[in-house]
Parts: sequence; structure tokens; C-alpha cells
Amino acid sequence: MNQTETYQALRQFADSWGLLAMTISFVVLCAWPFRPGGRKNSDEAATMIFEEDDHVRT
Amino acid sequence: MVTLVSRAGIWLVLLLLSIMASVAAHDTAFAIQAATVAVACLVGLIFAIRSPDYQRVSRGLAAPTGDASKYDDDVIRWGVIATVFWGVAGFLVGVVIAFQLAYPQINLEPWFNFGRMRPLHTSAVIFAFGGNALIATSFYVVQRTCRARLAFPGLARFVFWGYQLFIVLAATGYLLGVTQAKEYAEPEWYVDLWLTVVWVSYLVVYGGTIMKRSEPHIYVANWFYLSFIITVAMLHLVNNLAIPVSFLGSQSISWFAGVQGALVQWWYGHNAVGFFLTAGFLGMMYYFVPKQAQRPVYSYRLSIIHFWALIFLYIWAGPHHLHYTALPDWAQTLGMVFSVMLWMPSWGGMINGLMTLNGAWDKLRTDPVLRMFVMSLAFYGMSTFEGPMMSVKSVNSLSHYTNWTIGHVHSGALGWNGMVTFGAIYYLTPRLWNRTQLYSLRMVNWHFWTATIGIVFYAASMWVAGITQGLMWREYGADGYLLNSFADVLPAIHPMYVLRGLGGVLYLSGAAFMVINVWKTIAGSPLRAEAPLYNIEQNKANDVPLVAQPAE
Repeated sequence: MNQTETYQALRQFADSWGLLAMTISFVVLCAWPFRPGGRKNSDEAATMIFEEDDHVRT
Repeated sequence: MVTLVSRAGIWLVLLLLSIMASVAAHDTAFAIQAATVAVACLVGLIFAIRSPDYQRVSRGLAAPTGDASKYDDDVIRWGVIATVFWGVAGFLVGVVIAFQLAYPQINLEPWFNFGRMRPLHTSAVIFAFGGNALIATSFYVVQRTCRARLAFPGLARFVFWGYQLFIVLAATGYLLGVTQAKEYAEPEWYVDLWLTVVWVSYLVVYGGTIMKRSEPHIYVANWFYLSFIITVAMLHLVNNLAIPVSFLGSQSISWFAGVQGALVQWWYGHNAVGFFLTAGFLGMMYYFVPKQAQRPVYSYRLSIIHFWALIFLYIWAGPHHLHYTALPDWAQTLGMVFSVMLWMPSWGGMINGLMTLNGAWDKLRTDPVLRMFVMSLAFYGMSTFEGPMMSVKSVNSLSHYTNWTIGHVHSGALGWNGMVTFGAIYYLTPRLWNRTQLYSLRMVNWHFWTATIGIVFYAASMWVAGITQGLMWREYGADGYLLNSFADVLPAIHPMYVLRGLGGVLYLSGAAFMVINVWKTIAGSPLRAEAPLYNIEQNKANDVPLVAQPAE
């Protein structure tokens, strides 16, 4: 493959399957904390840093 | 005993090697740099011989290991001191170069002219002040949120001292004229290789601590820190690919050339902003702001979206540094579009940080440390709005190459990075040195106001200077010729340069308050006698029972 063909092949992959894979993984990763039961896990994670602070009500 | 001898032996070998490198060097600068390394090896050798407890060694006992019931905070204590030290040094050089631009007579050729001092300033504030703050806070946060001691304590110490050596080599190199002429990646090939070793060790210590955590969940601050460490490693490796001209010389030729080189450089440069100055400092924000406000982050789920959106979007924004250049038009537009999209997650993160104070806003009246964090978030919001706006091509045609860019960078760096670091230092100092509280809260307040007013002077003067430059450069006369030469613009913006210097002086004087405060806190001085920040008025005269008075 010469340079132009390599470029074309990479470019074609980037704006088709590559783009699709990136978009899907982005959406899944962002949606993940909103799955059922996600709120409870998130709240626990958010208050975890106060375990050593008895005086903080969380 | 064997380890002691072999350690001293390694130092001795390194010392001899660096002396040989210095003697055989191809140029004076490399000889001086190798001699600097030799001095560092000599100090290492002296400590390797002097510090062990020979009473124990002679009885065949192993060196004492750290107290497993306490966090490993030595490196963090050194890091706090290094952050304050390099901060003041970097701000001072910044003030000097600001006045060099206003009064060119103070360019002292050749070592202290603007061209060599400018990378000294940027590296000192970004990599020395910011980098030490990131290393120290990341080691603090990862231990607390994982409820585990640092993995590989020896390696953690190497990371700290190795990083200081990197800073010293880079800084002295700039003054000697050693540079590969890539903005924010000026250090030459041998310093780059050294930083690679240090950085991989940093990743091993940080990742190792996460691996041995006792908490099942990895708190979001660690996600930001880890992405910062990994991405900076990737950026550093790619952008610094170069072929040394000689094995013992301070010059190299970049692997990339032309527009490819420019794109790689700004892919690096913008993501250094995105991952060093943003993701890393967001790690700080997501731990210290909730801790100082004593409230959990407003929305943990928003922080996850903030994280992934930054990761996926930031990496594409670099081409906005190359608008109207030889870079293909589609790449410029891509950079612009992704920069504009970045505005949303950035503001999501700012809102998340600010809303953490929901229901606790009254604390701002009494807690100047929290005030620093809030001001830093406000500047994060302002600069992440200004940045996307400036990346739009039509705005960029006015703003690019002018002082507007400098103003934008400094509202982000002084406002966001500086303020969040000051807040973290004020949070950490009493805790790390086991003091009940800071030496003086009033002094934090002075620092807050001098720094804030300093930034206002800086940003406002650079807006005016930048727009003046942009408008004068594009001004055409009736005959179609440009009206102003570059030199014509300088007198017009001279007053702005002086005002910017004044802003820098204010910011530096704020840091001086921090030095006194941190120093006195570490020294354990009695707390400063000062009025509390909040007190309810008492009316002692009326605090008496009403006694019936006999009629006249």
C-alpha cells in the first residue's frame, strides 16, 4: 500500500466503524451510572470520602 | 549492609558516568547539564551513606519500614513545600518577563532575555508549581479514597526527587539556550527521556495504590488523576519523538516536519492544557471542594459524564491553534467544532462544583479557603467559555497571535489552576503537619483578594491589548494597504503591558502571604492574634434585668 492508499484506508475506517465504535462507547459510558440502581451506588460513592469525618452528616 | 553498599555503589557509578559525560560533551550547555546531574548524584551518594542507622545495620537489622497504621505522607509534605517554592519562583519570573515586554532595557543578554526567560516562566508555573501540586495531591487523595498506603514507597520518593531534577535540568537548560523550540515541550531529548522514566514510575506508584485499595469503588477524583497521568505520558512520548544529533550533545531533530509537526505539537499543546491543567486539577477539585464544603459533590453522576465527555472531546480540539495555516481546512473546522462542544462538559463540571455548596453558601462568609475554591471554579467556567469562543474561526482571526490569548491562558492558569492549588495547600498544610488549624485565616483572605484583583488587572489589560492589536493589524487604508506595522502597535499597548505587570505583582504578593502562612503553620507558631472572620455583636450594656425604678 502506498501512502495515499494507507491514508484513504485509515480515513475510511475513522469516519465509519471507528466513529460508530467511539460514539457507542461514549453513550454507554455516560449512561452507565443511570442504569437501575445506579443512584444508590453513586450516592454511596459521593459520600465515601466522609467516612473519616464523623461530624459530617451526609 | 549489602543494600547499603550497593546503593552507594550505584550512586558512585552514576556520579562517575555523569562526570565523564560532562567532560566528553559536544557542547558547553550539555557539559553544564551533565555537571548538574553529577551534583545531584553526589547529593544522592552523601544521603545514601549518611542517612542509614548504622547501629541497626551493624546488628544486622533491616531498615525500619513505615508505620502501617498511618498514610505514607512524607512525599506529600515535600510536595507541598516544593509547590509553594516553585510557585513563588515561577510567579516572580512571570513578573520579570512582563516588565521585560514593557521595558525592553531589562532584557539581559544572553541568559536573561525574554526568549529564554519565557519558557522558564511557563515551565516553572505549569510543570514545577502545577506538577508538584498534582503529584502531591494525587498521592494524598489516592491514599485517602482507597484507604490504602502508597504502593512502592521507595519509588514514590524517586518520583518526587526525579521530578525535581527534571525541573532543574529543564530550567537551567532554557537559560543556557537549550530548547527543541516546541511550546510547553521545550526540554531536549535527554531531559525528555528522564521525564519518561519518572512519569512511568509515577504511573506505577499511582496505579499500584489503586490496585491495592480497600474501598471497592474508585472515587471519581482518581479517574481524573489517572487519565491525566496516562494521557500526559502518551502526549509526551509522541510529541518528543526526535533523533539526537550526537550522543553527548544537547541538540536533536524532531521526527515530524512541516504541517504534520505543527499538528502533533498542538495536539500535544492543547491536550497538555486539557489533561495536565484540566483533568488533573479536576481531580483536586472533586476531592478538596466537597471536603472543604463538608458536603458530597452535587451530582456524582454528572461528574462521571463530565469525565467521559472531557476524555472523548478534548483530544480533538488541538487544531484550533492552527486556524488559517497550512493545516487542511477540514482539520481546522474539526478542531473548532470539538472545542465548542467542550464548553458543555466544562460548564457541567463547573456547575457540579459550585452546586456542591448548595445549602452551604453561608460558609463563604467565614471560610476563605472555600472562597478560593469557589473563585477557582468561577474562573474555570469563565475560561472554558472564553476558550471555545476564541476557537471559532472568525473570532480567532481577530484574537490569534494577540495578547488576548495570553489573557485567556492566564485567567485559566492564575484563576483556575492557581486558586484551586492554593486552596488545596491551605487544606493540606495543617493536616500534614498535625496542626489544629492554619496560622492565620485572615491572611488566606488577603491572599484571596490580592490574587483576585491581580487576575482582574491581568485579564482586563490583556483583553484591551489583544483587541487593540487585532484591530490595528487588520486595518486597511483606502488604497488597500495595511495601515499599521507591528512596531506601530507596540506604543498603543504599552500602558496595558504595564498594567499587566502590576496585576502580576499583586498575584505574587498574594503568594508571599501564602509563604508566611504555610511557613508559620509548619513551624508550629502560635496562631496569629486576629479578629475571627465571623462574630455576632454583643450589647453588654443591655444584658441586664429590668429593675423597677421608684417614681420621682
